[in-house]
Amino acid sequence: MKFASLVQNRKALIGLILFALTCLVALFPGVFTSDHTPDVIGVYAPNLTPSGAHLLGTTSYGQDIYSQLVYGTRQVLLIALAAGAFATVLSVLIGITAAYMGGIVDETLSLITNVVLILPTFPLMIILARYSGTSNWVMITVLVATGWSYGANQMRAQALSLRNRDFLEAARVRGERRAYIILCEMMPTMTSLIVANFLGSALYSVLAASGLQFIGLGNTSSDSWGTMLYWAHSQEALQAGNAMWIIAPGLAIAVLSAAFALMNYAFDEIGNPALRPVRRKDLRRAAKAARGDQNAEKGAGDVYAS
Amino acid sequence: MRFVVRRLSMFLFTLWAAMTLNFFIPRLMPGNPLQALEARTRGKVSPTALESILSSFGYKPNAGLVPQYFTYLKDMATGQWGQSIGLSLGEPVRQIVLQAVPWTLGLIGLTTIIAFLLGNVVGIVAGWRRGGALDSWLPSTLVITANLPYYWVGMLLILLFSTSLNWLPADFNYDPSLVPGLSPGFVGSVVQHAVLPSFTLLVTSVGGWILTMRNNMITTVAEDYVRMARAKGLADRKIMFGYAARNAMLPNISGFAMSLGFVLSGSVLVEYVYNYPGLGYQLLNAVDNNDYPLMQVLFMLYTIAVLVSLLAADFFMVWLDPRAREKG
Repeated sequence: MKFASLVQNRKALIGLILFALTCLVALFPGVFTSDHTPDVIGVYAPNLTPSGAHLLGTTSYGQDIYSQLVYGTRQVLLIALAAGAFATVLSVLIGITAAYMGGIVDETLSLITNVVLILPTFPLMIILARYSGTSNWVMITVLVATGWSYGANQMRAQALSLRNRDFLEAARVRGERRAYIILCEMMPTMTSLIVANFLGSALYSVLAASGLQFIGLGNTSSDSWGTMLYWAHSQEALQAGNAMWIIAPGLAIAVLSAAFALMNYAFDEIGNPALRPVRRKDLRRAAKAARGDQNAEKGAGDVYAS
Repeated sequence: MRFVVRRLSMFLFTLWAAMTLNFFIPRLMPGNPLQALEARTRGKVSPTALESILSSFGYKPNAGLVPQYFTYLKDMATGQWGQSIGLSLGEPVRQIVLQAVPWTLGLIGLTTIIAFLLGNVVGIVAGWRRGGALDSWLPSTLVITANLPYYWVGMLLILLFSTSLNWLPADFNYDPSLVPGLSPGFVGSVVQHAVLPSFTLLVTSVGGWILTMRNNMITTVAEDYVRMARAKGLADRKIMFGYAARNAMLPNISGFAMSLGFVLSGSVLVEYVYNYPGLGYQLLNAVDNNDYPLMQVLFMLYTIAVLVSLLAADFFMVWLDPRAREKG
C-alpha cells in the first residue's frame, strides 16, 4: 500500500482532494470568510437571498449562512476524525486480542462484539445522546461505543488467518513478548485493513453525528452542519422559501462523507485489483491478446478477473 | 442441534443485554418523566398531582432500581407493556405500537425489499458486463449516493416535489379528511403520501446493494464453474443467472436479513422528516418526553426484529449452502 497508488486511483484522488479542502477550511476558517462571529443573532436582515454580500443568504435569525458553514467545518471534522480513530483503535485491540489469545478470552470478546453489532444502533445512539448531554466528547463517546463492533469482527477474522503463519511462530520462538508480537509483528501486516476501517468509521461518524445533531441531540448553540440543519428544519426554512439554509449544510455533509467514502472504496480497489475500472488502453491490449477469439469486452473481463 | 442451541442462547443473551441497557441508561441519567410532564403542562398543575397521575399509570420512581428492574423484565416477557407516561398519557403502549407498526412495515419494509431486488439485478448486470457503459460510471456515482445524509435527501425531495411543484404531499401517512378504509380514495392517498419517503430511502439504499452485488459478481465470474459453463456452450443469460448470480448472491442474504431486521428501527429520520407516524417517529416522541414504558417496548421490538431475521437468515443459509453447515 503506497501513497503513489492512492494518487493514481482517480476515486482516491478526488476523495483526498475533497478531504484536504475540508481540513484547510477547518484549520483556517478565518481566511475563508470575513464574518468571524456567525453565531450572533440579528446582525443582518433575516432570510436574505444569496447575494454578493451573503453568498448563501442569511438565516431567519439574521446570521450569514456561508460563515456558519465555514465555521461549522471544524466540529464535524473533529468528531469524524476522533470518533473514527478511537473506534478503530478499539476494534484493533479487541479484534486482535480475541484472535491471538483464543479460548475463553476469544469467546467472551466475540460475544460482546456480536451483541453490540446486533443492537439497534441508531435508536441506541438517540437514547445515549439524549440522556448524556450535548458536548462534542459525549457525541464522540456515543459514536465509538456503538461503532467499534463491525471493525472488531473484521480485525479478528484477519488476525485469525495470520495466527499460525511462520513469521509469528519465529517471533514466539525468539521469545518475544506477547505485546511486541501483537503490536510490531501482527499489526503492520494489517495496515491496509486498519486504514480502511478508519475511513469507514469516520464516514459513519460524519453521517451519524450529523443525523443526531439534526434531531437536536447535538450542541444546539454551536455551529455544526447538522445543527444548522436542525435550526433550518425547526424554523421551517423550506416553507419560508429559504432553501439555501437547507441545501448548503446538507451538501457540505454530503461532500465530506463522499470524500471518506471515495477513499474507502478506492482502498478496496487497490487491495482487490479485480474491482478496478477497466481502462480503454487495457481493453485494446486484451483484445489484441485474445486475437479475435472473443470480443474485446469479455477478453478484458477475463484478464482482470483471473 | 448444537448449532441451534448456540444460536438460541446467543439470541436470548443479546435480547437481555439490550433490555438491560435500555432500562438503565435513561434512569441513571439526568431528567425524568415528571420533569418532562411539568415542562409540558408549563407548571399549571402541581407536581404532587402530576406525580399521582404518573404513579397511577405505573411509574414508581421511589421503588428502588433493582426491584423495578426485575418487575420490568417480567412485564416485558409476559407482554404487560403498561401505559404511556409521555405524550399520549395513559394510552396503552400496546395500542400505540399496534397503530404504528403497519405504517413502518408497509413503508420501510416494502422499500427495503424493492431496493434489494433492484440493487441485485442492476449489480448482476453491471458485474457481468465488466467494462461496459453501466460498469464504468456506476460505481463512483453509487459510492456517493449511498453515503448521502438521507434525511437531507428527503428534505430536498420535499423542496422539489412538494413545496415547489406541489405534486406530492410532504407530511403524514394519509389525508386526514378521508375515512380510513379500502376505498380507492384512501388507498390512493396512502400511496401518494408514501412516494416521497419511499423514494428517499430507495435513492440512498439501492447503491449499497448494487455495489456489493457487482463486486461479488466480479469475483464469482472468475470461478472455474463459470468457465466450465462457458465451455459447455450455455447461453449467456443462463450462465449469468443460473451459475454466477446464484452464487454471488449468497453473501448478500445475511446483509438482507440484517436490513430487514432494521426495518423497524432504521428509518427514524425519514419518519421524522416526513412526520410519518411509524415506530421511529414514536421513538423520538418517547425519548423527548421520557416515556420509559414506550421506549422500553420499542427498543425491545427493534432488537427482536433484528435477532429474528438474523436467526432466519442463519437457518436459511445452512439450508441453502452446504459449506455453512460445516462451520456450525
